Amino acid sequence: MTDSEKKLKLTVNGKEVESAPGEMLIAAAEKAGVLIPRFCYHPRLEPVGVCRMCLVEVKGPRGFTLQPACYISVSDGMEVVTDSEKAKKAQDGVLEFLLANHPLDCPVCDKGGECPLQDQTLTFGPSESRFVEEKRHFEKPIAISKLVYLDRERCIQCDRCTRFAADIAGEALIDFEGRGGALHITTFPDKPFASYFSGNTAQICPVGALTTTPYRFKARPWDLEQVESTCVSCAVGCQMVVQSSENEIVRYLGIDSEAVNQSWLCDKGRFGFESVSSAERIPSPYFNEPSGMVETGWSQALDAIAKALKSAEPESVALIGGSHMANEDIYAWVKLTKGVIGTDSIDAQLDDGLDPKIVALSDRATIQEATQAKLLILMAGDLREELPILYLRIRSAAKKAGLKILEISLSETSLSNEAEVSLRYFPGYAEELVNGLFGAEVDPQFFAGDLQAARALVSSVDPASVVVVGARENLADSSLDPERAIAKLLDSLVGSKFLSGLRRGNVNGAIDMGMVPGLVPGRGQLQDGNEALKAKWKTLPRKVGRNSREILESALRGEIKVLFLVGADLISDFSDSALAEKALGNIPMVVGIDSLSNRTTSYCSVVLPATAFAERHGSTTNIEGRVSTLGKKLVGFSLSRPEWMIAVELAAYMGEDLGFESLHDIWGEIQEVSQLHRGLSIAALGAPGAKEGIVVPLSASKVQISNRRVLDPIATPGITSVGVSGPPSSSAAIPGEGDPVLSESTYSRQRSKLLELLAHDDRAKAGPEADNFALVVSKRLYDHGVEVMSAKHLSELVVPSKGRVSPKGWERIGLNGSGLTRLQGNGASVELELVVDPSLLDGVVKVEFDGALGEVSKLFGVENSTSRVKMEKV
Amino acid sequence: MPLPPLKIVSARANDPKNVTLDGYLANGGYQGLKKAVLEMNPEDVRDQVMQASLLGRGGAGFEAGRKWSMLKKSDIRYLVINGDESEPATFKDHMLVESDPHQLVEGALIAGYAIGAARVFIFLRGEFALGFERVQNAINEAYDYGAIGRDIFGSKFSIDLVLHPGAGAYICGEETSLLESLEGKRGFPRIKPPYFPAVIGLYGKPTIVNNVETVANLPWIVKNGSSSFTDLGAGRSRGTRMFALSGQVNRPGTYELEMAKNTFRDIIFDPEFGGGLRPGRSLKAIIPGGVSAPWLGPDQLDVVLGQDEVAAVGSMLGSGSIIVMDDSTCMVRAAWRISKFFARESCGQCTPCREGGSWIEKVMNRIESGAGREEDLDLLMDLCDNIVPGVSWPPQQTTICVLGPSIPSSVAVSIKMFRDEYLTHIKEGGCPYD
Amino acid sequence: MSRFTKEMETRAFELLALYPEKRSATIPLCHLAQEQNGYLTEESMVQIADLVGTTPAEVLGAASFYDMLHTEPVGKYVVGVCTNIACLLQGGEELLGHAEEKLGIATGATTDDGMFTLEDMECIAHCDHAPALQVNYRFFGPLTNDGFDALVDDLSAGKLESEVPPHGTLSRVQRKHPIAVPLEEIVRHRRDSDAKEGERLAAKAATEAKEGSN
Repeated sequence: MTDSEKKLKLTVNGKEVESAPGEMLIAAAEKAGVLIPRFCYHPRLEPVGVCRMCLVEVKGPRGFTLQPACYISVSDGMEVVTDSEKAKKAQDGVLEFLLANHPLDCPVCDKGGECPLQDQTLTFGPSESRFVEEKRHFEKPIAISKLVYLDRERCIQCDRCTRFAADIAGEALIDFEGRGGALHITTFPDKPFASYFSGNTAQICPVGALTTTPYRFKARPWDLEQVESTCVSCAVGCQMVVQSSENEIVRYLGIDSEAVNQSWLCDKGRFGFESVSSAERIPSPYFNEPSGMVETGWSQALDAIAKALKSAEPESVALIGGSHMANEDIYAWVKLTKGVIGTDSIDAQLDDGLDPKIVALSDRATIQEATQAKLLILMAGDLREELPILYLRIRSAAKKAGLKILEISLSETSLSNEAEVSLRYFPGYAEELVNGLFGAEVDPQFFAGDLQAARALVSSVDPASVVVVGARENLADSSLDPERAIAKLLDSLVGSKFLSGLRRGNVNGAIDMGMVPGLVPGRGQLQDGNEALKAKWKTLPRKVGRNSREILESALRGEIKVLFLVGADLISDFSDSALAEKALGNIPMVVGIDSLSNRTTSYCSVVLPATAFAERHGSTTNIEGRVSTLGKKLVGFSLSRPEWMIAVELAAYMGEDLGFESLHDIWGEIQEVSQLHRGLSIAALGAPGAKEGIVVPLSASKVQISNRRVLDPIATPGITSVGVSGPPSSSAAIPGEGDPVLSESTYSRQRSKLLELLAHDDRAKAGPEADNFALVVSKRLYDHGVEVMSAKHLSELVVPSKGRVSPKGWERIGLNGSGLTRLQGNGASVELELVVDPSLLDGVVKVEFDGALGEVSKLFGVENSTSRVKMEKV
Repeated sequence: MPLPPLKIVSARANDPKNVTLDGYLANGGYQGLKKAVLEMNPEDVRDQVMQASLLGRGGAGFEAGRKWSMLKKSDIRYLVINGDESEPATFKDHMLVESDPHQLVEGALIAGYAIGAARVFIFLRGEFALGFERVQNAINEAYDYGAIGRDIFGSKFSIDLVLHPGAGAYICGEETSLLESLEGKRGFPRIKPPYFPAVIGLYGKPTIVNNVETVANLPWIVKNGSSSFTDLGAGRSRGTRMFALSGQVNRPGTYELEMAKNTFRDIIFDPEFGGGLRPGRSLKAIIPGGVSAPWLGPDQLDVVLGQDEVAAVGSMLGSGSIIVMDDSTCMVRAAWRISKFFARESCGQCTPCREGGSWIEKVMNRIESGAGREEDLDLLMDLCDNIVPGVSWPPQQTTICVLGPSIPSSVAVSIKMFRDEYLTHIKEGGCPYD
Repeated sequence: MSRFTKEMETRAFELLALYPEKRSATIPLCHLAQEQNGYLTEESMVQIADLVGTTPAEVLGAASFYDMLHTEPVGKYVVGVCTNIACLLQGGEELLGHAEEKLGIATGATTDDGMFTLEDMECIAHCDHAPALQVNYRFFGPLTNDGFDALVDDLSAGKLESEVPPHGTLSRVQRKHPIAVPLEEIVRHRRDSDAKEGERLAAKAATEAKEGSN
């Protein structure tokens, strides 16, 4: 028996309570049904014992004394009294002290109605204040960032926000200033609380001191309706509550899912809701005629598309996008394209991901397995920019549990400080570096970092206890090099597991459903044949199709007649926007299916309005393969429809029947055709205890269906009451009460060598050149993508792309003080600000991708070799 | 009449040359350290100190030898000298660092040797600018002299000593907040348990925090042996003690007296010491041991100045300060000023002290300035009770550290002793002493 | 520019090297910045954060906790009149009132010529000289009103420049010696001597046990 399993017994108010060593008294008492009042205590933060609200009597050598229940851990035989006169007097005293200087402006406070201070005052507090003195005054409120307001008069100095910022986010941008009665939260002058995680502080603030700008004066808690859902702004799959008022989303709140987000949300996820009610929403189908936009009805639009399809060869039909859709939508579109039309040229990735075979055919790790691995190898760029909550989980594991990290990257990342060893490579040389890790000679001009230490680190652990996180770090280079490097890692470390670093909403679900060339639903390969599919599908593509880049390239040759763009803003998001622009102009029928107008919709022949997040039910799949539900809270906007329905109806116009009338039907078929999903019944998915999702295949899932605990009982009531009110209404995929039995999975797969599935990298390679810099283009959280730009408050956070260059490069360009530089490459020229980054190898320039601005993407075309740019100071 | 005093820590205080190495050596300096590192094992030094019954001179009066023995085993442990003397009317360390800086350095090094400290830090109150210059100079000289650094005095013992300036915060005299401050943070006290410095101290390592006067005794104890030290004093209170006498007395100053051999009457009225009150004045109250301590009245003048003796009458010897208040002083004003001090110096970390301290100060201020209400006295006592349950002595507390229970002390004790004076303020709508 | 000058930067690095963890140098560096600039500028705090590896907000958070660190400009001479209990009993408040009159400013303010800032101090441990005050942490007392006037006149006339350096200069004596023995080496030594001590104590205990049983 390990220490943590050992049980011990204590008595709380005369009642015997079981607990485990290390557990805090406040938590042990809570499990026994004794709720000790508290403000500063939060189970996900280190205890500080400062508010003193949880004082209870604990028996010690000198008899019963008052102790903070949040700060002392239980011991065997401990005797605790929480309801004595003395304990109550102390707690009442603390509450009165907290209220002494509190402004009591509840009627105009966003927290009013869901405020722990208000609640506990009503429950335990005095009816009348004995404080007749002048209260403390501060200017109120002050914006400490574009997203968060601070009202210092309401603050009770509980240290929750500052602990979150310093310990969890690792960005101590807010701190206490002053001393004693003047102690207050502050930011440094001209250094706002510009954290990707700032919204969490407002969620955990036990008073109305921190409130968020987008929610300010929007609603009252008692007017809110809510549903649980999964965030799809990236692929981590954070569990959250969607709250609405009068058919408008007003707020998202993080849910404490132990397996995934452990309470937290990133700001992009939290504040992305503003895009749902954006003015850019598409109200109805329309044609783009030479004369301009012509609104039309669904039937005319679908009829036109069906006609175009009828005259097109299967291979000339293609689809790009779909990674934002629900699993059910994806399956419907995969069935329509692969199983009815017969084309395999469909790709949910926009040439910014990895070969889907790596994701589909490797052994997959959960986030928990990654954080508990003996060694975590990161080959995924900067996770903070791409999968922010995964970054928090890994950072915490490194800080608190000593998780060992080997980082392989092109430049420093947000996790470099936590890494045991960081290795850097010159663009194009990832595979060589990984070969070097396993003993091959390496040419030192292409690498930096302590390779010896890395080798020692890798050989010091059981390969089967290694987890590799992989993603595409450089948009300006072929994906082949990092793919081969990742495959080599996974092949060489026998038994190691892969955690996908693919970031687009449901891209991992899209791969699982076969919305990529060469794969079919259930992580199967097209060429392997599939009896279950043949039974349900009319046809199967004859050969492996094209990926996004290949589709566009063949369009240039006139080989594509009909292209579906499903939630794919190619002009903004496709790294080679020039290619996209030329290709779209060369396709007779481009069908845009989207909820928001974007730069690409104007290139479409016909545009169909899709429902947005929270306007539809369904399920989504995260980086782990965790399937979780999407909640519906709003009526769909205008004439918009869910994408699965569009697929079904389009099929009908083509004279085909996809066989679905509901999400239920779709999920039922998924289970029949996909061994991966077999056993994952809708009933199980909808069970109250399965709300944080279930990892497929089920044999890989360690998730038990058990009721989730209430993490922070004084938190905003929305989070707890969802648990009480049950799952969302059963109109679609999500049933009411069902039998949440998970049947045994029969999913199994012969693991092959991943490297053998990939093409050889026989491109001509070149090393550093003095005046011809290798270009690295990386993604960042707040890019100019449509999701960010259509959310009012997030759009204000977007700043111009910057570049980074090694100190030597900086000198060679002759930069001095100002870094304004002209970059020339691929026949284009772009000006941006460069800064020095000592972590970059000489001869490399790293530039942040700028999405819809489309400047950076002009600089490269990546067909054959690493992109190069020349630079001169402006 | 007391015996002519034998001085230990202030013996050289009046010799201006003593602040330099030459002067200190001429006065027999560094013999204790030499003896320790060249002739004694660390455990022998610890035994000597244990046998000397050297009570900590910072305020709590915990036996130094026992404190050292509680140090958790660890390859790295630190010694920090607490020179952040900020307790109102306490100025004996101030005198010691300015007049005998080498004694402090020598004492710190002996303690460092005894506990095997990896490094010694002297945390000196920031406002002691002259003291800082003198101690820094002494450290420079001691390095050159071979008393600090590698293989000191040719022994195999090496140690470094760093003088660290405070920056003005009373709370940093509390040992855990001193450590926080030394780590570069605001001086928020840590919660005990688990943060007992001897277990989890500076940088999380076991750490001994000793007061300036405590370690200033070490050169003498090592040089003369613990029995010479225990020849002085009585009971648990051995050796001598620095007393800082201030207030309405003719000869305020620091006086080194043998422990437990003199009374409050002696130190206040003896012509060698306080020299009595101003003509025509009579004693109204004494605040012993720092402003956290309950006050004593004229009827307690014959209490002996020993650790247990003062504790026995419900107060404490504390930091060794003695504030004398005569009958010209308004007790409400005195208590208000003390409450103002605590309100200003509360660190703000925990609620009862941050909010309670400033609330109490505001009520006290209102009473003193004539806007008091009779119910304010009950309110004050209840607020005190919410910081110190039962308003007991020695106090319990709802706060993290002992600054909290210091707040009610003067307020509650002055209401108890001088309730009529409060009522006069309330009835007359002002201070009768104005 | 209020960043450290070259010379001050050298001293900053010397200070940083005194501590096992850099952050410990925060307050000494704040004093150093005050020595250079008279008070703690925003630019200094940003630089200090860089040097000790924290954020500027954390430096401000720490610095603002301490009375001696001023984040707003102060006079060349910061005059702190003690009004705490020992001085109160001897006329500290009256002295402060007189100081306000003499300097023509309220407590907390700075004279227009930038010479004096007046502060109301808690106990400055100069109680046997009550009523006492400090000028840039150099102590004076007991002071009468006339004595105060004379002191201010002397300061204004530059007569006390050798006794009282401008605000910010804590100590005119600098540490001369770097750390003599690296911490790792000391720790190795301590491990050895602890082992030897263990042997001695064991031997002693054995002898005592033997004597005890005899």
